[in-house]
Amino acid sequence: MSDTPLPPRLELSGICKSYPAVVANDHVSLTVAPGEIHAVLGENGAGKSTLMKIIFGAVKPDAGSVRWNGADVHIANPQDARKLGIAMVFQHFSLFDTLTVTENIALGLAADVNMAELAEQIRQTGKNYGLDLEPHRHVHTLSVGERQRVEIVRALLTRPQLLILDEPTSVLTPQAVQKLFVTLRQISAEGCSILYISHKLDEIRELCHSATVMRGGKVTGHCDPAQETAASLSRLMIGAEPEQEAAAKPHAPGELRLQIRQLRLPRAHAFATPLDGISLELFSGEIVGIAGVSGNGQQELLAALSGEDRRCKPGMITLKGKAVGHLGPNARRALGQSLVPEERLGRGAVPEMSLTDNMLLSHQRAPFVVNGMIQFKHAIQAASDIIGRFRVKASGPAALAKSLSGGNLQKFIVGREIVRNPDVFVVAQPTWGVDVGAAAQIHHEIRLLKEAGCAVLVISEELDELFDLCDRLHVIAKGHLSPSISSRDATREQIGLWMSGLWDKDGDQDAARGQANAAGELASA
Amino acid sequence: MAYFSPLLALALTLFFGALLFLALGKNPLTGLQVFLLEPVKSRAAISELLLKTTPLVLTALGLSVCYRANVWNIGAEGQLIAGGIAAGSTILMFDNGAHLLSGGMVLVLASLAGVVGGALWASITALLRDRFNANEILVSLMLTYIAQLLLMYMVNGPLKDPHGMNFPQSRVFSPEFLLPMLVPGSRLHVGFAVMLVATAVMTVFVYRSFAGYRLTVGGLAPLAARYAGFSSRRALWTSLLISGGFAGIAGAFEVSGPIGQVLPSISPGYGFAAIIVAFVGRLNPIGTIFGGLILSLFYLGGEMAQSRLGLPSAITGLFQGMLLFLLLACDTLINYRLRWVAQPQS
Repeated sequence: MSDTPLPPRLELSGICKSYPAVVANDHVSLTVAPGEIHAVLGENGAGKSTLMKIIFGAVKPDAGSVRWNGADVHIANPQDARKLGIAMVFQHFSLFDTLTVTENIALGLAADVNMAELAEQIRQTGKNYGLDLEPHRHVHTLSVGERQRVEIVRALLTRPQLLILDEPTSVLTPQAVQKLFVTLRQISAEGCSILYISHKLDEIRELCHSATVMRGGKVTGHCDPAQETAASLSRLMIGAEPEQEAAAKPHAPGELRLQIRQLRLPRAHAFATPLDGISLELFSGEIVGIAGVSGNGQQELLAALSGEDRRCKPGMITLKGKAVGHLGPNARRALGQSLVPEERLGRGAVPEMSLTDNMLLSHQRAPFVVNGMIQFKHAIQAASDIIGRFRVKASGPAALAKSLSGGNLQKFIVGREIVRNPDVFVVAQPTWGVDVGAAAQIHHEIRLLKEAGCAVLVISEELDELFDLCDRLHVIAKGHLSPSISSRDATREQIGLWMSGLWDKDGDQDAARGQANAAGELASA
Repeated sequence: MAYFSPLLALALTLFFGALLFLALGKNPLTGLQVFLLEPVKSRAAISELLLKTTPLVLTALGLSVCYRANVWNIGAEGQLIAGGIAAGSTILMFDNGAHLLSGGMVLVLASLAGVVGGALWASITALLRDRFNANEILVSLMLTYIAQLLLMYMVNGPLKDPHGMNFPQSRVFSPEFLLPMLVPGSRLHVGFAVMLVATAVMTVFVYRSFAGYRLTVGGLAPLAARYAGFSSRRALWTSLLISGGFAGIAGAFEVSGPIGQVLPSISPGYGFAAIIVAFVGRLNPIGTIFGGLILSLFYLGGEMAQSRLGLPSAITGLFQGMLLFLLLACDTLINYRLRWVAQPQS
């Protein structure tokens, strides 16, 4: 691309940005040609987000220059960036919960926009790119995956010359990722450049024309990702190859720990997914995964499992032989269940409270609470232990939850739930938006739990993660749960198909029941 | 920074207060001197200051708990009046020359009756919110007016002094049924000591007890409270009952302390001023003592300004309002920056 006569679409040189405690960008240079799909690779904290915010005008660099189509520009704010033709899809969505999809998108546009036309445009753009959206729905009823679709469509509507995507595929099915890639290639062929931020090395190798790798605020290399291996990219990114986990040993099922029988829950609000006929068995010493595109009933299932939604009949959920469908979160904790929710800030942790205080959300008994009084000495010690053991980057147990990066807070919450030594461990999106190093560590800890005899249920939208971790897989689609399949026998194509709700409902369920019975007999033997 | 905001707001209130005196044709320095320094000039004056601080802090202690839990009880004034009615009725029941119980016992009973009365009044708000999802701001506020009317009924009916020349007020309590004084010769009664103890207890409750933690989590992050398994209904009831109880005992101390009988008006708006006290105190129990001292000073300063400068009594409310609005403005402007943007051309 370097021999093209056109000037580069975007040329950054010597960008520096320091914050009081950290140098986020240290003389970063980067060149993106017109129509090029350029990857920016790096772990959380490598300075990618700061760099993107500088390009988008949301952060002012301390030094360095930005050239746009060959001319020096000064991007003072996101409006300037949009005027130049830069659109960005943030990893953390900037949507108002109480507004509809159309209203959210209208916020970035002129005041006199025709809402009906805009809704139609949204529907059309979504359709063209396989990002189906209902324009009139309120954002608070959308799942994480659906919210991201809103952000992508919003960016595409501005017909940008440079599209910045921050971890865009983490919530899409493999088929949808391929579809998005087709879209992105189409956009790039039309001359729009794309900055693609990701840690998924395979995707980058498949999609991107060139890559800039960052580590600790500095550029550690430029390369053509197609010419690199995942291992060599990883070396550039984290300075070492990730530890390879030994292949999962085939497990001998232990005792039945968690059983869901014909769980049926009507929708709690207009846009919720009703659950119907969900059956699942979880044995000690195994990891079972639930795949599916977000918004297909994961949130509802999780609420029923955590005890936040107590509408189901007691016998629909049994925990270690006890009917718990009607019991609240604390009763289930007392029976040995730990649960990591999907949202870290606001549900898994109170943003304005310290890590010490956040310990008490799920540690509500002695020695943390004695005679109704909080034993802070113990809570501080426990929080420090988690920070140390799970390598959480935080200033200490007094750090506010909101001051941690997403990955570090996730490590803390996972750690908090693991140190309870659970018999049943339910975790949703364990590594969403978490960097490679932290993800590997979280996966490692989950495997250790399994080896210790814990029964683990992972609800995730990342197929790689599920195939990597799980012994058996289910798929949730439109509130129904597929039968389970051994992850060694399953193929990505089959799971992808199931994600659309296409599994052989009668035949497979019988087969699954047979398997489960056999497993049950093994356990009782 | 959060603790700096009330100081800044106080300084600004004094600045605008000086401008206000100037606009009213008074020397601003004399005005501020009368308003702020006269009330703390002598020991007697200081005991009056502490006397008025007592109901303000007691009520604000309960309100802080409510606001931490995101329960917006605006009706502490009504709960204070209900507590006053309950305590006054209790004392009048025993103050009949029969000497059924000692004065001390009756005062303890009356204080407890105040707690129960205030809590009962607050429980109406809790019930309506819990059962019908009624807005607690409106319900608790409107219940204040009902409490005032109830007080009018009581002093015109059941509690009216039969030998009172038809004045709407109760008998004056016998001296043995009045709260004992802390400082002889002043009006500062034991309620002040109770207030200090209550502050210490509430500090422990808010920052050390698990029950206080549950309320705070429910206020800061309702979803996290659900995840943890904390009941939002329990938080609603707990915080409103605590808050009503504190307002009630404040009312009881007014009736059995400085007032010494049941009158058609037993509070110059302490229940509303306590809202400001709670916020100036940053919803921190110890902070409410500082907030209480400031608001108490404003009450006394207002009286001084009336007698010395001939200003209307509304001056107290003006200073209270300025302090609250400037505090809210400081809180906002410390966290956010104002930006002037050009009007879009289209």
